[in-house]
Amino acid sequence: MPDSPLYAAAAVAVIALAIAVVVGVGLKVLRSFRELGTDAERATYNTLHAASKAGQHLRTGLNPAGAAKASRQLRGLLGCDALAITDVSGVLAWDGAAEELKPQLMPLAADVLAGGRTQVITAGDFPALAAGRVSSAVIAPIRAGSRVVGVVAAFAPSAGAGLVRATSEVADWVAAQVELAELDASRTLLMEAEVRALRAQISPHFIYNSLNAIASFINTDPARARELVVEFADFTRYSFRRHGDFTTLAEELRCIDRYLLLERARFGERVQVSLRIAPEVLGTVIPFLSLQPLVENAVRHGLEAKEGPGHITIAANDSGAFAEVTIEDDGVGMDPVQLQSMLAGHTDGEHVGLRNVDARLRQVYGDDHGLVIETAPGEGTLITMRVPKSQPGHDA
Amino acid sequence: MPVNPAVGIAAFAAVSVATAVIGFYGLRISRTTGDFYVASRTVPPWWNASAIGGEYLSAASFLGVAGLILLSGTDALWFPVGYTAGYLMLLLFVAAPLRRSGAYTIPDFTESRLDSRAARRVTSLAVVIVGWLYIVPQLHGAALTIRTTTGLPSWVGSTAVVVVVCLTVVAGGMRSITFVQAFQYWLKLTALAVPLVFIVLVLAENNSPAVAAASANPTGLAPAGPYQNISLLVALLFGTLGLPHVLVRFYTNPDGQSARRTTLIVLGLLSVFYLFPTAYGLAGRMFAPGLAQAGQADALVLLLPGRLIGGPGGELLSALVVAGAFAAFLSTTSGLVVSLAGVISQDVLGGSVRGFRLAALISAAVPLGLAFMTDSLALAGSVGLVFAFTASTICPVLLLGIWWRGLTDAGAIAGMVTGGLLCGGAMVAGTALGAGTPVWLAQPAAWTVPAAFAVMVLASRATKSRVPRTTTRVMTRLHTPERPLATGIDVTRR
Repeated sequence: MPDSPLYAAAAVAVIALAIAVVVGVGLKVLRSFRELGTDAERATYNTLHAASKAGQHLRTGLNPAGAAKASRQLRGLLGCDALAITDVSGVLAWDGAAEELKPQLMPLAADVLAGGRTQVITAGDFPALAAGRVSSAVIAPIRAGSRVVGVVAAFAPSAGAGLVRATSEVADWVAAQVELAELDASRTLLMEAEVRALRAQISPHFIYNSLNAIASFINTDPARARELVVEFADFTRYSFRRHGDFTTLAEELRCIDRYLLLERARFGERVQVSLRIAPEVLGTVIPFLSLQPLVENAVRHGLEAKEGPGHITIAANDSGAFAEVTIEDDGVGMDPVQLQSMLAGHTDGEHVGLRNVDARLRQVYGDDHGLVIETAPGEGTLITMRVPKSQPGHDA
Repeated sequence: MPVNPAVGIAAFAAVSVATAVIGFYGLRISRTTGDFYVASRTVPPWWNASAIGGEYLSAASFLGVAGLILLSGTDALWFPVGYTAGYLMLLLFVAAPLRRSGAYTIPDFTESRLDSRAARRVTSLAVVIVGWLYIVPQLHGAALTIRTTTGLPSWVGSTAVVVVVCLTVVAGGMRSITFVQAFQYWLKLTALAVPLVFIVLVLAENNSPAVAAASANPTGLAPAGPYQNISLLVALLFGTLGLPHVLVRFYTNPDGQSARRTTLIVLGLLSVFYLFPTAYGLAGRMFAPGLAQAGQADALVLLLPGRLIGGPGGELLSALVVAGAFAAFLSTTSGLVVSLAGVISQDVLGGSVRGFRLAALISAAVPLGLAFMTDSLALAGSVGLVFAFTASTICPVLLLGIWWRGLTDAGAIAGMVTGGLLCGGAMVAGTALGAGTPVWLAQPAAWTVPAAFAVMVLASRATKSRVPRTTTRVMTRLHTPERPLATGIDVTRR
């Protein structure tokens, strides 16, 4: 099938790709040949460029992969023959000549790690240095806060004052990067803690409401009250579980079912619920207890105040790479302006659940994935939530 | 002998409307909380398997396989064997771990496994190229069908398919995509099986003598050698592993175990399906060898019922076959457009709803342009080449990513680029050389697939330090059973 259309189609694709690659590479080459300024300007540029390159590699903290890449840049910056970065327990990276000295670096650096002062070591102090071309070493501590977290060691034929000063500066600069990495890590921790705090906030809210609903039955219909308590027990087992901040849509819907049983105990036939769930999205991972508060909001603030029966529709749709869940009620609706200021956190309204879910969705998936709420007084409420189907990082 | 044009158009319209209606309203059945258990049931494996079959059986299977059997006899049986056996590979090596990964598309998987945006971009590019190349033969099939059955110009067929697919996808008509695709599978099976039964009955009743022996070669083409067959099998076996639209369907399974069960059922469904194109090809050899000489082999399935039965009965059966053929084009094209649009909108357009629609238009319009520029020849062969490309790019990343801890992003990219360039280069060289293409260029999979694997392994070994730190966590997730998905309420307890 040599004349197959596929060949022609593939040819077009490959040629287009080749053109794109050539143009891309050409532009890069051209840019590097353009006017580059005076020597001083170029030196400044090169230094800053090497520093920012190395900085990128150190942004994940002191680890072998990042340190190996950074040490290459930093060696160029210092112009020494070999450069090593260590943490407190071992050599992370060695770039350049005289790698046979690598096992002896930790004993050499012990003083610096303990004392936190830059040291110059010559062949006189340490005979092993005399064997190679590099006969002296400058070892500077990396100080993050008050701790010494590692050292930068530069090796050169002779250690002049210039190299000593520059090495100390580089070590300080590395320390700043490490501190930034620690800041990043603590910011992530803070976010996780915030999510947990938000999650903890939701459960007591519901328990209070449920117990009230059950209490109303204890005298009038003890058998039903007992049944409801069992439902409630099941529900609390779900919402008090210890593991994971995520759940599947199927489990969350099951939790909503239990919740609605409890609510219907109180509202009777006044609450009608219909479900329209695409089976494709049942396995989608969503934040734990992110739908139940929305349904609760529809019941509490949409239907409770309304005269006569009210209707809630829960729908989940498959929409490309996203799952779209909507909760619609024909209740009394909300004032959009008030809702906005409540969601922004300016006023402490009644809709604690909504703000909680909105904040969590934004934290986990980004600002594009907050709740979309369409409402007006007397017009009911439609809440839409859109989560990506693919969340390999989140275990349900 | 064209079929009555009205029949062809009516069949196409009927399939399009049915697809759209099921797509839009398949889910509109609301349930009350009393039916909670029913409402929140996941898709059962056999249903999902039908959907995978519906999405997978394309123009190549519906028209191409019968045409190839007419042309080259038993040699062509390697195509249905390969198309089906690919699922065995999927069952053994990919289905369950990929479902457990939680990734929705192949680029999602590469990114989470290799912890690298660059690897993701390269995979996305490969997926988009594969998708586009795969849609082109579908459009050629549609052009061929419209031309043969209605006499209208070719472009009408491909444009009609693209328009119908775009309209349904953009209007949200693929919401209940599992239902649509499952319906398409059974439609395709019926559309092949029912006319065949009638053909056999009529032939038996009339005691029609065969025009030619089944073993007679209707054209003077030389049979394929062992190299071609092996290379083809490599392409089909490994290519199935990386087809973007098929893998997306596995996400519908609630867990890894049901993903395996689904794959097993798919194997059965495909085996049953391929009996029929084979029978058509055989019947064509015995009763209508003239089609092969007239260069109409791919239209065999469309023309045979009208030719052998004739009259209004023949026209009705032709209409059924045409409907089945369009089901094949529509289902594969829409499946591919949806998964390509997912990849393009996520990687280029930021993942918004409008971005998805725009991406859907792009993913359908580009192959339409390619289809206009090229001309249809052998459908099964062109799809076979897409499989070769997939097997040399996406398949190695998936297999090594799932089963080898040492894979690195640099290795994956190097392997995909090597495989893509070699296989793409072979395809281009094939075009340039025309009829004189040596077999090793015409069927490149036998050397491009091992090359891609080798480069991927060697480059990963050379960049050992880049093995992502998340490897252990991801591998654990891929290979350990997950908690079962809660569905509805415990019936036992109430």
